Amino acid sequence: MRIQTEELLASSKSARLRKKQKSSLEKNEHIAGWLFVAPMLIGVFMFVLLPIAATFVLSMTDWKFVQSMDQLKWVGFGNFTELMSDRVFLKSLLNNGIFLLTVPICMAISLLLAVVINKSVYMKGYFKVAFFMPYISSVVAIAVVWQVLFHPSAGPINQTLMALGIDNPPKWIADPNFSLISVMLIQIWISVGFNLIVYIAGLQAIPKQLYEAAEMDGANGWDKFRKITFPMVSPTSFFLLITGIIASFKVFDLIAVLTKGGPMHSSSVLVWHLYDTAFVNLDIGYSSAMAMVLFVIVFLITIIQWVGQKKWVNY
Amino acid sequence: MKQINVRKLITTVIVFLTSLLFLLPFAWMLSTSFKIEADVFTYPIQWIPERWNGFNNYMEVWFGDYPFYLYYWNSLKVAVLTTVLSCTVSALAAYGFSKVRFPAGKWLFLIVLATYMVPQQASLVPQFILYRQIGLFDSHLGLILLGSFSVLGTFMLRQFFMGIHDEYIEAAKIDGAGQWKIFWRIALPIVKPAIATYAILRFIWTWNDYQNPLIFLRTDALYTIQLAMQKFTTINGEFYSLIMAAAVSAILPLLLIFIFGQKQVIDGIALGGVKG
Repeated sequence: MRIQTEELLASSKSARLRKKQKSSLEKNEHIAGWLFVAPMLIGVFMFVLLPIAATFVLSMTDWKFVQSMDQLKWVGFGNFTELMSDRVFLKSLLNNGIFLLTVPICMAISLLLAVVINKSVYMKGYFKVAFFMPYISSVVAIAVVWQVLFHPSAGPINQTLMALGIDNPPKWIADPNFSLISVMLIQIWISVGFNLIVYIAGLQAIPKQLYEAAEMDGANGWDKFRKITFPMVSPTSFFLLITGIIASFKVFDLIAVLTKGGPMHSSSVLVWHLYDTAFVNLDIGYSSAMAMVLFVIVFLITIIQWVGQKKWVNY
Repeated sequence: MKQINVRKLITTVIVFLTSLLFLLPFAWMLSTSFKIEADVFTYPIQWIPERWNGFNNYMEVWFGDYPFYLYYWNSLKVAVLTTVLSCTVSALAAYGFSKVRFPAGKWLFLIVLATYMVPQQASLVPQFILYRQIGLFDSHLGLILLGSFSVLGTFMLRQFFMGIHDEYIEAAKIDGAGQWKIFWRIALPIVKPAIATYAILRFIWTWNDYQNPLIFLRTDALYTIQLAMQKFTTINGEFYSLIMAAAVSAILPLLLIFIFGQKQVIDGIALGGVKG
Protein backbone atom coordinates (compact mmCIF):
# COMPACT_ATOMS: atom_id res chain seq x y z
CA MET A 1 0.00 0.00 0.00
CA ARG A 2 2.52 2.53 1.16
CA ILE A 3 4.83 1.79 -1.71
CA GLN A 4 2.05 2.39 -4.20
CA THR A 5 1.20 5.68 -2.60
CA GLU A 6 4.80 6.73 -2.63
CA GLU A 7 5.06 6.08 -6.33
CA LEU A 8 2.15 8.35 -6.95
CA LEU A 9 3.43 11.20 -4.85
CA ALA A 10 5.48 14.04 -6.18
CA SER A 11 9.21 13.43 -5.96
CA SER A 12 9.94 16.02 -3.27
CA LYS A 13 7.16 14.74 -1.07
CA SER A 14 8.18 11.11 -1.41
CA ALA A 15 11.75 11.94 -0.57
CA ARG A 16 10.66 13.60 2.62
CA LEU A 17 8.48 10.64 3.52
CA ARG A 18 11.25 8.17 2.89
CA LYS A 19 13.57 10.21 5.01
CA LYS A 20 11.06 10.15 7.83
CA GLN A 21 10.64 6.39 7.54
CA LYS A 22 14.31 5.85 7.38
CA SER A 23 14.90 7.98 10.43
CA SER A 24 12.34 6.05 12.45
CA LEU A 25 14.00 2.79 11.38
CA GLU A 26 17.34 4.29 12.27
CA LYS A 27 16.01 5.36 15.62
CA ASN A 28 14.87 1.82 16.36
CA GLU A 29 18.27 0.54 15.36
CA HIS A 30 19.97 3.04 17.67
CA ILE A 31 17.79 2.01 20.58
CA ALA A 32 18.48 -1.65 19.87
CA GLY A 33 22.21 -0.94 19.81
CA TRP A 34 22.12 0.81 23.15
CA LEU A 35 20.06 -1.98 24.70
CA PHE A 36 22.47 -4.67 23.53
CA VAL A 37 25.54 -2.98 24.94
CA ALA A 38 23.86 -1.50 28.03
CA PRO A 39 24.61 -4.33 30.52
CA MET A 40 28.29 -4.34 29.55
CA LEU A 41 28.49 -0.54 29.74
CA ILE A 42 26.88 -0.47 33.17
CA GLY A 43 29.35 -3.13 34.36
CA VAL A 44 32.36 -1.31 32.93
CA PHE A 45 31.17 1.93 34.48
CA MET A 46 30.46 0.39 37.90
CA PHE A 47 33.51 -1.84 38.14
CA VAL A 48 36.21 -0.04 36.18
CA LEU A 49 35.58 3.61 35.27
CA LEU A 50 34.00 4.78 38.50
CA PRO A 51 36.53 2.96 40.73
CA ILE A 52 39.53 4.22 38.76
CA ALA A 53 38.24 7.80 39.08
CA ALA A 54 37.70 7.19 42.80
CA THR A 55 41.23 5.79 43.11
CA PHE A 56 42.55 8.97 41.55
CA VAL A 57 40.69 11.13 44.09
CA LEU A 58 41.58 8.90 47.06
CA SER A 59 45.26 8.92 46.08
CA MET A 60 45.35 12.59 47.08
CA THR A 61 43.94 11.98 50.54
CA ASP A 62 45.01 10.63 53.87
CA TRP A 63 42.32 8.26 55.02
CA LYS A 64 42.10 4.92 56.86
CA PHE A 65 39.48 2.21 56.46
CA VAL A 66 38.52 2.46 60.11
CA GLN A 67 37.83 6.21 59.94
CA SER A 68 34.57 7.90 59.04
CA MET A 69 34.24 10.07 55.94
CA ASP A 70 34.74 13.40 57.74
CA GLN A 71 38.19 12.37 58.91
CA LEU A 72 39.37 12.30 55.33
CA LYS A 73 42.27 14.70 54.89
CA TRP A 74 43.27 16.28 51.60
CA VAL A 75 47.03 15.97 51.03
CA GLY A 76 47.41 16.67 47.30
CA PHE A 77 50.49 14.94 45.93
CA GLY A 78 51.84 14.24 49.40
CA ASN A 79 51.35 10.48 49.09
CA PHE A 80 53.36 10.42 45.89
CA THR A 81 56.27 12.31 47.41
CA GLU A 82 56.17 9.92 50.33
CA LEU A 83 56.26 6.94 47.93
CA MET A 84 59.49 8.23 46.41
CA SER A 85 61.27 7.69 49.74
CA ASP A 86 59.40 4.52 50.79
CA ARG A 87 62.08 1.82 50.74
CA VAL A 88 59.67 -1.09 50.57
CA PHE A 89 57.81 0.53 47.68
CA LEU A 90 61.02 1.21 45.76
CA LYS A 91 62.21 -2.32 46.42
CA SER A 92 58.87 -3.67 45.16
CA LEU A 93 59.12 -1.55 42.03
CA LEU A 94 62.66 -2.79 41.41
CA ASN A 95 61.44 -6.37 41.88
CA ASN A 96 58.75 -5.74 39.28
CA GLY A 97 61.51 -4.62 36.95
CA ILE A 98 63.48 -7.81 37.59
CA PHE A 99 60.31 -9.86 37.26
CA LEU A 100 59.92 -8.53 33.71
CA LEU A 101 62.81 -10.81 32.72
CA THR A 102 60.41 -13.75 32.94
CA VAL A 103 58.61 -12.46 29.84
CA PRO A 104 61.41 -12.70 27.23
CA ILE A 105 62.83 -15.86 28.84
CA CYS A 106 59.46 -17.53 28.68
CA MET A 107 58.93 -16.36 25.08
CA ALA A 108 62.31 -17.72 23.99
CA ILE A 109 61.71 -21.13 25.59
CA SER A 110 58.21 -21.28 24.14
CA LEU A 111 59.27 -20.30 20.62
CA LEU A 112 62.02 -22.92 20.62
CA LEU A 113 59.62 -25.59 21.86
CA ALA A 114 56.91 -24.48 19.44
CA VAL A 115 59.22 -24.72 16.41
CA VAL A 116 60.37 -28.18 17.46
CA ILE A 117 56.93 -29.49 18.41
CA ASN A 118 55.31 -28.06 15.30
CA LYS A 119 57.66 -29.76 12.84
CA SER A 120 59.89 -32.45 14.19
CA VAL A 121 58.29 -34.60 16.87
CA TYR A 122 55.85 -37.46 17.19
CA MET A 123 52.92 -37.22 19.64
CA LYS A 124 52.24 -33.53 19.05
CA GLY A 125 48.96 -33.70 20.94
CA TYR A 126 50.63 -35.08 24.06
CA PHE A 127 53.18 -32.27 24.14
CA LYS A 128 50.57 -29.55 23.79
CA VAL A 129 48.74 -30.96 26.81
CA ALA A 130 51.84 -31.68 28.91
CA PHE A 131 53.28 -28.18 28.64
CA PHE A 132 49.84 -26.66 29.07
CA MET A 133 49.09 -28.42 32.37
CA PRO A 134 50.61 -25.79 34.68
CA TYR A 135 48.68 -22.99 32.95
CA ILE A 136 45.37 -24.75 33.41
CA SER A 137 45.91 -25.65 37.06
CA SER A 138 45.01 -23.34 39.90
CA VAL A 139 47.85 -21.10 41.05
CA VAL A 140 47.08 -21.70 44.72
CA ALA A 141 47.40 -25.49 44.41
CA ILE A 142 50.54 -25.16 42.26
CA ALA A 143 52.10 -22.67 44.66
CA VAL A 144 51.46 -25.00 47.58
CA VAL A 145 53.03 -27.93 45.72
CA TRP A 146 56.13 -25.86 44.89
CA GLN A 147 56.34 -24.65 48.46
CA VAL A 148 56.85 -28.25 49.52
CA LEU A 149 59.10 -29.14 46.58
CA PHE A 150 61.31 -26.16 47.51
CA HIS A 151 61.43 -27.13 51.21
CA PRO A 152 65.00 -26.15 52.28
CA SER A 153 66.06 -29.40 53.94
CA ALA A 154 63.54 -32.15 53.23
CA GLY A 155 62.17 -30.99 49.84
CA PRO A 156 62.71 -33.28 46.84
CA ILE A 157 64.54 -30.58 44.87
CA ASN A 158 67.20 -29.93 47.49
CA GLN A 159 67.48 -33.65 48.30
CA THR A 160 68.20 -34.24 44.63
CA LEU A 161 70.72 -31.39 44.54
CA MET A 162 72.47 -32.77 47.63
CA ALA A 163 72.50 -36.27 46.13
CA LEU A 164 74.20 -34.70 43.11
CA GLY A 165 76.94 -33.41 45.42
CA ILE A 166 75.83 -29.83 46.00
CA ASP A 167 76.34 -29.43 49.74
CA ASN A 168 74.69 -26.08 50.34
CA PRO A 169 71.77 -25.76 47.96
CA PRO A 170 69.83 -22.48 48.10
CA LYS A 171 66.97 -22.25 50.59
CA TRP A 172 64.76 -21.04 47.69
CA ILE A 173 61.70 -19.16 48.93
CA ALA A 174 63.07 -18.97 52.48
CA ASP A 175 66.26 -17.27 51.30
CA PRO A 176 66.18 -13.49 50.64
CA ASN A 177 68.68 -13.95 47.82
CA PHE A 178 66.64 -16.62 46.07
CA SER A 179 62.99 -15.91 46.90
CA LEU A 180 62.35 -13.67 43.90
CA ILE A 181 64.20 -16.02 41.56
CA SER A 182 62.17 -18.96 42.87
CA VAL A 183 58.90 -17.15 42.21
CA MET A 184 60.15 -16.17 38.75
CA LEU A 185 61.03 -19.78 37.94
CA ILE A 186 57.53 -20.91 38.86
CA GLN A 187 56.02 -18.04 36.86
CA ILE A 188 57.99 -19.14 33.78
CA TRP A 189 56.94 -22.74 34.40
CA ILE A 190 53.28 -21.64 34.47
CA SER A 191 53.32 -19.40 31.41
CA VAL A 192 55.30 -21.52 28.96
CA GLY A 193 52.14 -23.49 28.07
CA PHE A 194 50.17 -20.38 27.15
CA ASN A 195 53.01 -18.89 25.09
CA LEU A 196 53.60 -22.24 23.40
CA ILE A 197 49.99 -22.65 22.26
CA VAL A 198 49.90 -19.11 20.89
CA TYR A 199 53.23 -19.59 19.08
CA ILE A 200 52.15 -22.89 17.52
CA ALA A 201 49.04 -21.16 16.17
CA GLY A 202 51.28 -18.41 14.79
CA LEU A 203 53.64 -20.90 13.15
CA GLN A 204 50.80 -22.72 11.46
CA ALA A 205 49.74 -19.51 9.75
CA ILE A 206 53.08 -19.19 7.91
CA PRO A 207 52.71 -20.18 4.22
CA LYS A 208 54.67 -23.36 3.41
CA GLN A 209 55.82 -21.96 0.07
CA LEU A 210 58.16 -19.59 1.86
CA TYR A 211 60.12 -22.52 3.29
CA GLU A 212 60.04 -24.42 0.01
CA ALA A 213 61.44 -21.43 -1.84
CA ALA A 214 64.15 -20.95 0.77
CA GLU A 215 65.10 -24.63 0.56
CA MET A 216 65.51 -24.32 -3.18
CA ASP A 217 67.88 -21.43 -2.57
CA GLY A 218 69.87 -23.72 -0.29
CA ALA A 219 68.94 -22.20 3.07
CA ASN A 220 69.70 -24.28 6.16
CA GLY A 221 67.53 -24.64 9.25
CA TRP A 222 69.04 -21.68 11.07
CA ASP A 223 68.67 -19.43 8.01
CA LYS A 224 65.05 -20.43 7.68
CA PHE A 225 64.40 -19.66 11.35
CA ARG A 226 66.18 -16.30 11.24
CA LYS A 227 64.86 -15.09 7.90
CA ILE A 228 61.38 -16.61 7.79
CA THR A 229 60.06 -17.99 11.06
CA PHE A 230 61.21 -15.23 13.39
CA PRO A 231 59.96 -12.29 11.28
CA MET A 232 56.73 -14.10 10.41
CA VAL A 233 55.79 -14.68 14.05
CA SER A 234 56.68 -11.14 15.09
CA PRO A 235 53.01 -10.10 15.48
CA THR A 236 52.57 -13.07 17.82
CA SER A 237 55.72 -12.12 19.70
CA PHE A 238 54.44 -8.58 19.97
CA PHE A 239 51.14 -9.76 21.39
CA LEU A 240 52.86 -12.05 23.90
CA LEU A 241 55.25 -9.28 24.90
CA ILE A 242 52.48 -6.77 25.66
CA THR A 243 50.22 -9.19 27.47
CA GLY A 244 53.17 -10.79 29.26
CA ILE A 245 54.56 -7.51 30.56
CA ILE A 246 51.15 -6.29 31.68
CA ALA A 247 50.41 -9.66 33.32
CA SER A 248 53.76 -9.57 35.13
CA PHE A 249 52.66 -6.36 36.86
CA LYS A 250 49.49 -8.07 38.07
CA VAL A 251 51.10 -11.17 39.60
CA PHE A 252 49.50 -11.58 42.98
CA ASP A 253 48.42 -15.17 43.74
CA LEU A 254 51.89 -16.66 43.51
CA ILE A 255 53.44 -14.10 45.85
CA ALA A 256 50.48 -14.15 48.24
CA VAL A 257 50.59 -17.92 48.66
CA LEU A 258 54.34 -18.56 48.38
CA THR A 259 56.21 -15.77 50.12
CA LYS A 260 53.86 -12.96 51.20
CA GLY A 261 56.52 -10.63 49.81
CA GLY A 262 59.15 -11.96 52.20
CA PRO A 263 61.62 -12.78 53.55
CA MET A 264 62.49 -9.16 54.37
CA HIS A 265 60.51 -7.79 51.39
CA SER A 266 62.88 -9.60 49.03
CA SER A 267 60.02 -10.85 46.85
CA SER A 268 57.59 -7.98 47.32
CA VAL A 269 56.12 -6.50 44.16
CA LEU A 270 53.98 -3.42 43.58
CA VAL A 271 50.66 -5.27 43.69
CA TRP A 272 51.55 -7.17 46.85
CA HIS A 273 52.70 -3.99 48.61
CA LEU A 274 49.47 -2.32 47.48
CA TYR A 275 47.37 -5.16 48.91
CA ASP A 276 49.35 -5.16 52.14
CA THR A 277 48.96 -1.39 52.57
CA ALA A 278 45.26 -1.34 51.73
CA PHE A 279 43.87 -4.49 53.34
CA VAL A 280 46.34 -5.26 56.13
CA ASN A 281 47.42 -1.77 57.19
CA LEU A 282 44.08 -0.29 56.06
CA ASP A 283 45.75 2.81 54.65
CA ILE A 284 43.44 3.78 51.77
CA GLY A 285 44.99 7.04 50.65
CA TYR A 286 48.52 5.72 50.47
CA SER A 287 47.56 2.47 48.75
CA SER A 288 45.49 4.41 46.21
CA ALA A 289 48.58 6.41 45.32
CA MET A 290 50.32 3.08 44.61
CA ALA A 291 47.36 2.01 42.51
CA MET A 292 47.74 5.17 40.44
CA VAL A 293 51.43 4.42 39.92
CA LEU A 294 50.48 0.91 38.74
CA PHE A 295 47.84 2.33 36.43
CA VAL A 296 50.21 4.88 34.89
CA ILE A 297 52.95 2.27 34.37
CA VAL A 298 50.62 -0.15 32.56
CA PHE A 299 49.18 2.73 30.54
CA LEU A 300 52.64 3.95 29.48
CA ILE A 301 53.81 0.46 28.52
CA THR A 302 50.79 0.00 26.30
CA ILE A 303 51.30 3.38 24.60
CA ILE A 304 55.03 2.87 24.07
CA GLN A 305 54.46 -0.58 22.61
CA TRP A 306 51.75 0.55 20.25
CA VAL A 307 53.98 3.31 18.97
CA GLY A 308 57.06 1.12 18.77
CA GLN A 309 55.44 -1.90 17.12
CA LYS A 310 55.50 -0.40 13.62
CA LYS A 311 59.29 -0.51 13.66
CA TRP A 312 59.70 -4.24 14.11
CA VAL A 313 56.47 -6.11 13.55
CA ASN A 314 55.71 -7.56 10.14
CA TYR A 315 52.02 -7.78 9.36
CA MET B 1 54.48 -48.28 5.59
CA LYS B 2 55.68 -44.95 6.85
CA GLN B 3 59.33 -45.06 7.79
CA ILE B 4 60.36 -43.98 11.25
CA ASN B 5 62.62 -40.98 11.03
CA VAL B 6 65.54 -41.45 13.45
CA ARG B 7 66.21 -37.77 13.82
CA LYS B 8 62.58 -37.06 14.56
CA LEU B 9 62.57 -39.88 17.11
CA ILE B 10 65.59 -38.48 18.95
CA THR B 11 64.03 -35.01 19.01
CA THR B 12 60.83 -36.51 20.38
CA VAL B 13 62.75 -38.16 23.20
CA ILE B 14 64.54 -34.91 24.08
CA VAL B 15 61.32 -32.88 24.11
CA PHE B 16 59.67 -35.67 26.09
CA LEU B 17 62.36 -35.38 28.77
CA THR B 18 61.77 -31.62 28.86
CA SER B 19 58.05 -32.19 29.24
CA LEU B 20 58.76 -34.26 32.36
CA LEU B 21 59.90 -31.04 34.04
CA PHE B 22 56.36 -29.80 33.56
CA LEU B 23 54.62 -32.99 34.64
CA LEU B 24 56.77 -34.29 37.50
CA PRO B 25 55.51 -31.76 40.06
CA PHE B 26 52.00 -33.04 39.31
CA ALA B 27 53.11 -36.65 39.55
CA TRP B 28 54.78 -35.88 42.88
CA MET B 29 51.64 -34.16 44.13
CA LEU B 30 49.46 -37.09 43.13
CA SER B 31 51.68 -39.79 44.58
CA THR B 32 52.23 -37.86 47.81
CA SER B 33 48.49 -37.50 48.28
CA PHE B 34 48.30 -41.30 48.61
CA LYS B 35 51.17 -41.68 51.08
CA ILE B 36 51.29 -41.88 54.84
CA GLU B 37 52.89 -38.76 56.30
CA ALA B 38 56.11 -40.53 57.32
CA ASP B 39 56.89 -41.49 53.71
CA VAL B 40 56.41 -38.05 52.18
CA PHE B 41 60.04 -36.99 52.14
CA THR B 42 61.65 -40.40 51.75
CA TYR B 43 64.53 -40.14 49.33
CA PRO B 44 64.91 -41.41 46.61
CA ILE B 45 61.35 -40.34 45.88
CA GLN B 46 58.79 -43.15 46.02
CA TRP B 47 56.79 -42.41 42.90
CA ILE B 48 54.52 -45.31 43.73
CA PRO B 49 53.73 -45.21 47.46
CA GLU B 50 54.89 -48.26 49.38
CA ARG B 51 52.31 -47.75 52.09
CA TRP B 52 48.96 -46.55 50.78
CA ASN B 53 46.91 -44.10 52.78
CA GLY B 54 44.98 -42.46 49.95
CA PHE B 55 41.50 -43.26 51.19
CA ASN B 56 42.08 -41.78 54.64
CA ASN B 57 43.82 -38.70 53.27
CA TYR B 58 41.01 -37.86 50.88
CA MET B 59 38.31 -38.63 53.47
CA GLU B 60 40.02 -36.24 55.88
CA VAL B 61 40.19 -33.50 53.23
CA TRP B 62 36.64 -33.91 51.95
CA PHE B 63 34.69 -34.70 55.10
CA GLY B 64 37.08 -33.89 57.98
CA ASP B 65 37.19 -30.85 60.25
CA TYR B 66 37.55 -28.51 57.33
CA PRO B 67 35.19 -30.10 54.79
CA PHE B 68 36.02 -29.51 51.15
CA TYR B 69 32.62 -30.55 49.83
CA LEU B 70 31.20 -27.30 51.17
CA TYR B 71 33.85 -25.15 49.49
CA TYR B 72 33.51 -27.20 46.33
CA TRP B 73 29.84 -26.40 46.24
CA ASN B 74 30.59 -22.67 46.74
CA SER B 75 33.16 -22.67 43.95
CA LEU B 76 30.88 -24.54 41.62
CA LYS B 77 28.03 -22.13 42.30
CA VAL B 78 30.16 -19.02 41.80
CA ALA B 79 31.95 -20.37 38.72
CA VAL B 80 28.81 -21.61 36.95
CA LEU B 81 26.77 -18.48 37.61
CA THR B 82 29.66 -16.19 36.67
CA THR B 83 30.14 -18.12 33.45
CA VAL B 84 26.46 -17.94 32.50
CA LEU B 85 26.14 -14.25 33.30
CA SER B 86 29.44 -13.34 31.66
CA CYS B 87 28.57 -15.21 28.46
CA THR B 88 25.18 -13.48 28.32
CA VAL B 89 26.53 -9.98 28.91
CA SER B 90 29.47 -10.46 26.54
CA ALA B 91 27.39 -12.02 23.75
CA LEU B 92 24.84 -9.20 23.90
CA ALA B 93 27.53 -6.53 23.87
CA ALA B 94 29.55 -8.30 21.18
CA TYR B 95 26.50 -8.44 18.92
CA GLY B 96 25.61 -4.83 19.65
CA PHE B 97 29.12 -3.63 18.85
CA SER B 98 29.49 -5.65 15.66
CA LYS B 99 26.08 -5.98 14.00
CA VAL B 100 23.93 -3.10 15.12
CA ARG B 101 24.75 0.23 13.55
CA PHE B 102 24.42 3.13 15.93
CA PRO B 103 26.52 6.26 15.98
CA ALA B 104 27.86 5.89 19.52
CA GLY B 105 28.80 2.24 18.95
CA LYS B 106 32.30 2.80 17.63
CA TRP B 107 33.61 5.01 20.39
CA LEU B 108 31.76 3.10 23.10
CA PHE B 109 33.59 -0.02 21.95
CA LEU B 110 36.89 1.86 22.10
CA ILE B 111 36.14 2.93 25.67
CA VAL B 112 35.27 -0.62 26.69
CA LEU B 113 38.39 -1.96 24.98
CA ALA B 114 40.56 0.68 26.65
CA THR B 115 39.41 -0.48 30.09
CA TYR B 116 41.14 -3.78 29.37
CA MET B 117 44.38 -2.01 30.24
CA VAL B 118 43.23 -1.04 33.71
CA PRO B 119 44.76 -3.52 36.14
CA GLN B 120 42.02 -4.71 38.47
CA GLN B 121 44.28 -4.01 41.42
CA ALA B 122 44.21 -0.31 40.56
CA SER B 123 40.47 -0.17 41.22
CA LEU B 124 40.33 -2.65 44.10
CA VAL B 125 39.99 -0.24 47.01
CA PRO B 126 37.04 1.75 45.60
CA GLN B 127 35.39 -1.54 44.60
CA PHE B 128 35.78 -2.68 48.18
CA ILE B 129 34.28 0.56 49.56
CA LEU B 130 31.44 0.42 47.03
CA TYR B 131 30.64 -3.18 47.94
CA ARG B 132 30.47 -2.36 51.62
CA GLN B 133 28.16 0.57 50.90
CA ILE B 134 25.67 -1.35 48.76
CA GLY B 135 25.77 -4.56 50.76
CA LEU B 136 27.47 -6.80 48.19
CA PHE B 137 30.48 -7.37 50.41
CA ASP B 138 30.94 -10.91 51.72
CA SER B 139 28.37 -12.42 49.36
CA HIS B 140 28.52 -14.79 46.43
CA LEU B 141 26.40 -12.41 44.37
CA GLY B 142 29.06 -9.72 44.74
CA LEU B 143 31.76 -12.12 43.62
CA ILE B 144 29.70 -13.26 40.63
CA LEU B 145 29.04 -9.68 39.51
CA LEU B 146 32.76 -8.84 39.72
CA GLY B 147 33.61 -11.56 37.22
CA SER B 148 30.72 -11.04 34.86
CA PHE B 149 31.77 -8.00 32.84
CA SER B 150 34.64 -9.27 30.81
CA VAL B 151 36.12 -7.07 28.13
CA LEU B 152 38.10 -10.04 26.85
CA GLY B 153 34.93 -12.10 26.40
CA THR B 154 33.23 -9.27 24.55
CA PHE B 155 36.25 -8.82 22.33
CA MET B 156 36.56 -12.53 21.56
CA LEU B 157 32.89 -12.99 20.72
CA ARG B 158 32.84 -9.80 18.68
CA GLN B 159 35.49 -11.30 16.40
CA PHE B 160 33.11 -14.17 15.69
CA PHE B 161 30.01 -12.03 15.20
CA MET B 162 31.97 -9.94 12.69
CA GLY B 163 32.48 -13.10 10.67
CA ILE B 164 28.73 -13.40 10.04
CA HIS B 165 27.87 -11.96 6.63
CA ASP B 166 25.74 -8.83 6.73
CA GLU B 167 23.53 -10.25 3.96
CA TYR B 168 22.00 -12.72 6.43
CA ILE B 169 21.05 -9.90 8.72
CA GLU B 170 19.78 -7.65 5.92
CA ALA B 171 17.68 -10.51 4.59
CA ALA B 172 16.16 -11.12 8.00
CA LYS B 173 15.42 -7.41 8.37
CA ILE B 174 13.58 -7.36 5.04
CA ASP B 175 11.52 -10.26 6.33
CA GLY B 176 10.58 -7.99 9.22
CA ALA B 177 12.68 -9.49 11.99
CA GLY B 178 13.78 -7.14 14.76
CA GLN B 179 17.36 -7.01 16.05
CA TRP B 180 16.50 -9.13 19.06
CA LYS B 181 15.02 -11.88 16.88
CA ILE B 182 18.03 -11.77 14.55
CA PHE B 183 20.37 -12.03 17.51
CA TRP B 184 18.51 -14.92 19.11
CA ARG B 185 17.55 -16.92 16.04
CA ILE B 186 20.37 -16.29 13.57
CA ALA B 187 23.53 -14.84 15.10
CA LEU B 188 23.65 -16.75 18.38
CA PRO B 189 23.36 -20.25 16.85
CA ILE B 190 26.21 -19.43 14.47
CA VAL B 191 28.62 -18.37 17.21
CA LYS B 192 27.66 -21.18 19.60
CA PRO B 193 31.08 -22.90 19.36
CA ALA B 194 32.82 -19.63 20.21
CA ILE B 195 30.58 -19.16 23.23
CA ALA B 196 31.37 -22.71 24.37
CA THR B 197 35.09 -21.92 24.15
CA TYR B 198 34.73 -18.71 26.08
CA ALA B 199 32.50 -20.41 28.66
CA ILE B 200 35.13 -23.07 29.37
CA LEU B 201 37.86 -20.46 29.74
CA ARG B 202 35.73 -18.26 31.98
CA PHE B 203 34.86 -21.24 34.17
CA ILE B 204 38.55 -22.16 34.56
CA TRP B 205 39.56 -18.57 35.35
CA THR B 206 36.78 -18.15 37.89
CA TRP B 207 37.49 -21.50 39.54
CA ASN B 208 41.14 -20.50 39.84
CA ASP B 209 40.55 -16.96 41.08
CA TYR B 210 42.14 -16.35 44.45
CA GLN B 211 42.47 -12.59 44.72
CA ASN B 212 38.80 -11.57 44.55
CA PRO B 213 37.51 -14.16 47.04
CA LEU B 214 40.40 -13.22 49.35
CA ILE B 215 39.36 -9.58 49.37
CA PHE B 216 35.59 -9.79 49.04
CA LEU B 217 34.73 -12.79 51.23
CA ARG B 218 35.01 -12.94 55.01
CA THR B 219 32.63 -15.69 56.17
CA ASP B 220 34.28 -19.07 56.27
CA ALA B 221 31.13 -20.86 55.07
CA LEU B 222 31.19 -18.79 51.86
CA TYR B 223 34.82 -19.59 50.97
CA THR B 224 35.65 -20.87 47.51
CA ILE B 225 38.00 -23.80 47.00
CA GLN B 226 41.09 -21.62 46.48
CA LEU B 227 40.61 -19.81 49.78
CA ALA B 228 39.80 -23.11 51.48
CA MET B 229 42.95 -24.64 49.99
CA GLN B 230 45.06 -21.81 51.41
CA LYS B 231 43.43 -22.01 54.82
CA PHE B 232 43.68 -25.79 54.89
CA THR B 233 47.42 -25.44 54.25
CA THR B 234 47.76 -23.03 57.16
CA ILE B 235 45.79 -25.24 59.53
CA ASN B 236 47.47 -28.50 58.53
CA GLY B 237 50.91 -26.89 58.19
CA GLU B 238 53.01 -30.01 58.54
CA PHE B 239 50.70 -32.66 57.10
CA TYR B 240 52.05 -32.64 53.57
CA SER B 241 50.16 -35.75 52.44
CA LEU B 242 46.89 -34.05 53.35
CA ILE B 243 47.92 -30.81 51.69
CA MET B 244 48.69 -32.68 48.49
CA ALA B 245 45.32 -34.45 48.62
CA ALA B 246 43.75 -31.00 48.92
CA ALA B 247 45.81 -29.71 45.98
CA VAL B 248 44.77 -32.66 43.82
CA SER B 249 41.14 -31.98 44.77
CA ALA B 250 41.45 -28.30 43.82
CA ILE B 251 42.90 -29.13 40.40
CA LEU B 252 40.76 -32.16 39.56
CA PRO B 253 37.70 -30.41 38.05
CA LEU B 254 39.99 -28.33 35.84
CA LEU B 255 41.70 -31.47 34.60
CA LEU B 256 38.37 -33.08 33.77
CA ILE B 257 37.20 -29.99 31.91
CA PHE B 258 40.52 -29.75 30.13
CA ILE B 259 40.43 -33.39 29.05
CA PHE B 260 36.91 -33.06 27.63
CA GLY B 261 37.20 -29.53 26.27
CA GLN B 262 40.86 -29.67 25.25
CA LYS B 263 40.27 -28.56 21.69
CA GLN B 264 38.06 -25.66 22.75
CA VAL B 265 40.55 -24.49 25.37
CA ILE B 266 43.59 -24.66 23.11
CA ASP B 267 41.77 -23.16 20.12
CA GLY B 268 40.39 -20.40 22.29
CA ILE B 269 43.82 -19.48 23.63
CA ALA B 270 45.40 -19.70 20.18
CA LEU B 271 42.68 -17.63 18.57
CA GLY B 272 42.61 -14.99 21.26
CA GLY B 273 46.38 -14.85 20.95
CA VAL B 274 46.75 -14.60 17.22
CA LYS B 275 43.95 -12.14 16.70
CA GLY B 276 45.16 -10.16 19.71
